[in-house]
Amino acid sequence: MTALTMPARPKPDTRLRPVPWRRMAWVTWRQHRAALAGLAVFLGALAVYLWLSGLQMHHYYATACHPASSLNCAINFTGRYGITAVIVSIILQAVPALIGAFVGAPVLARELETGTFRFAWTQGIGRLRWAIGKLVLLAVAVTAAATAFGVLFSWYNQPFAAAGYALPLSARVFDLGEVAFAAWTLAAFAIGALAGMLIRRVVPAIAATLAAYAGLALATALYLREHYMTPLLTSKLNLPDSAWIVSQWYTKGGKFAFPARGSQIVGALQHFCPMSNLSPMQCLSQHGYTWWASYHPGSRFWPFQWIEGGWLLALSVLLIAATVWLVRRRAA
Amino acid sequence: MNVIETSGLGKRYGSTWALRECTLAVPAGHVAALVGPNGAGKTTLLKLVVGLSEPAAGAVTVLGGLAAGSLAALDGIAFVAQDTPLYKNLSAADMLHLTRNLNRRFDQHYAQARLAELGIPLHRRSGKLSGGQQAQLALTLALARRPQLLVLDEPVAMLDPVARHDFMAVVLTAAADDGVSVVLSSHVLAELERVADYLILLSQGRVQVAGEVDSLLASHRMLTGPTSEAESYSDQPVVHVRRGTAQAHLLVRATAGDPVPPSWEAHPVGLEELTLAYLRTPGAAALPGPARGRHAQPSEVTR
Repeated sequence: MTALTMPARPKPDTRLRPVPWRRMAWVTWRQHRAALAGLAVFLGALAVYLWLSGLQMHHYYATACHPASSLNCAINFTGRYGITAVIVSIILQAVPALIGAFVGAPVLARELETGTFRFAWTQGIGRLRWAIGKLVLLAVAVTAAATAFGVLFSWYNQPFAAAGYALPLSARVFDLGEVAFAAWTLAAFAIGALAGMLIRRVVPAIAATLAAYAGLALATALYLREHYMTPLLTSKLNLPDSAWIVSQWYTKGGKFAFPARGSQIVGALQHFCPMSNLSPMQCLSQHGYTWWASYHPGSRFWPFQWIEGGWLLALSVLLIAATVWLVRRRAA
Repeated sequence: MNVIETSGLGKRYGSTWALRECTLAVPAGHVAALVGPNGAGKTTLLKLVVGLSEPAAGAVTVLGGLAAGSLAALDGIAFVAQDTPLYKNLSAADMLHLTRNLNRRFDQHYAQARLAELGIPLHRRSGKLSGGQQAQLALTLALARRPQLLVLDEPVAMLDPVARHDFMAVVLTAAADDGVSVVLSSHVLAELERVADYLILLSQGRVQVAGEVDSLLASHRMLTGPTSEAESYSDQPVVHVRRGTAQAHLLVRATAGDPVPPSWEAHPVGLEELTLAYLRTPGAAALPGPARGRHAQPSEVTR
């Protein structure tokens, strides 16, 4: 067998210009186009469904809901579509997690699991540029897709929000807002990338990503989100429908008496008004108790979106930076 | 210029030293063979050279003083790892395009011509190629980067004899015609004689032998004589003793001019013979430089 000779080798440059960043675009696209295409098909199918059913819903809302508080609206609109919308929004909650698990986790885990990192990290571009290029491009791609999807969902959800059926700050809807949905997707991707780098095997990294994402999302919805801003206090009963009530309690003589929970209220009623026909509120106010609530008004939707988007963005940048740092210093 | 220079280089995995006190200088323009038993630290040393891992002790520089793993070093070194990892779902053409995008230089014409010559279909997924073709593809990608140093980790271990021969022919052509320095680790000793002109022998994480093949062969001889006299033989440093019922074979460090005792015969040694003798005597060392001429007790193999 003969082999071709190569042309004379150029003298090594004294000042080495690094391989340009844009080259990583082709590399990233070519290596991850299957995952990105899968994501596009998945989001595309969901988008088509949202679009078609959204059109139908908008139509019914326009015919049945003037005013939005009418019984006709409740029967013909929320009655007809409410359950579907709840199911759709629950399914969509899983989308960022799936993107993190199936796009984020394999990026590095697959290279490490199959040994191809020994190829990739010894090329002239260097593993630092390789890692930054790849992770940033993919992060931007999934975030952009999620932003578009968030916009579509907001449009889909508009009639429910208008009908007072979907509270803007409720856990079911808030996560799917334009900013929060994109930020959660980015965070899920970053969690996946780091998990892949740490665990170095695809399937366990996917499982870890799903678990970490679920934990973070749950903790945020249950404990963290209500602290973004100081809740407003009121003792008036005419709270706006869109308000997100954080907690309720009774006071007597200006002092905390008991939390407004079912069992506590029943106990108080049996004690004070066992045989009367008074409403709980009337009974308790006759005995000097005042109802209080702390709440976030619906108008805080956007500030809350930006706060959540902000800290998730910071977290994602931190996680991606940590991943790049690990790639750089990992002793293979 | 030295393509690889290490001083006191060490690498530890957990509490085990995979490589320790490795001091080495491989000059440019050689095909250097890195030989040693399993677990001797061959892959560890090569990973340090190509910058895939960081030393725990000592230092390693490449291509005349560049830090291993630096951008300039990566630019001038092409590495084909063990089992020639390729992206299995990418076609050969995509692998070329990928490699071109990941490097400052890439000789597309050379790469395509070589794949055509080898009959490797450009549009077949690299995972579907035969083992020999995958190895050739990986080698083509490495050479098309026009490196100054080509590092190969067990490149032919998985190949059949024909593929092995073809593979090494390409490596030798690159070395001879284009002046690419080559460092390759291998188990296949028979291959070395034909290929290597520089030998590095690692054993238990340390460098046991390092030097040009010609001078190593010139400084070793095989002495054959009566077994009864083998015991008392001590004039010259003995590396290895192979004892038969009547005759014993001693590998000694000696040159052609050194005196041969009566009733003994001296023969020149081959590279395979020399390598085997050292591999069987992990304590013996033959290193360049005046301070390292010491030798350990010879091991004995009774036949």
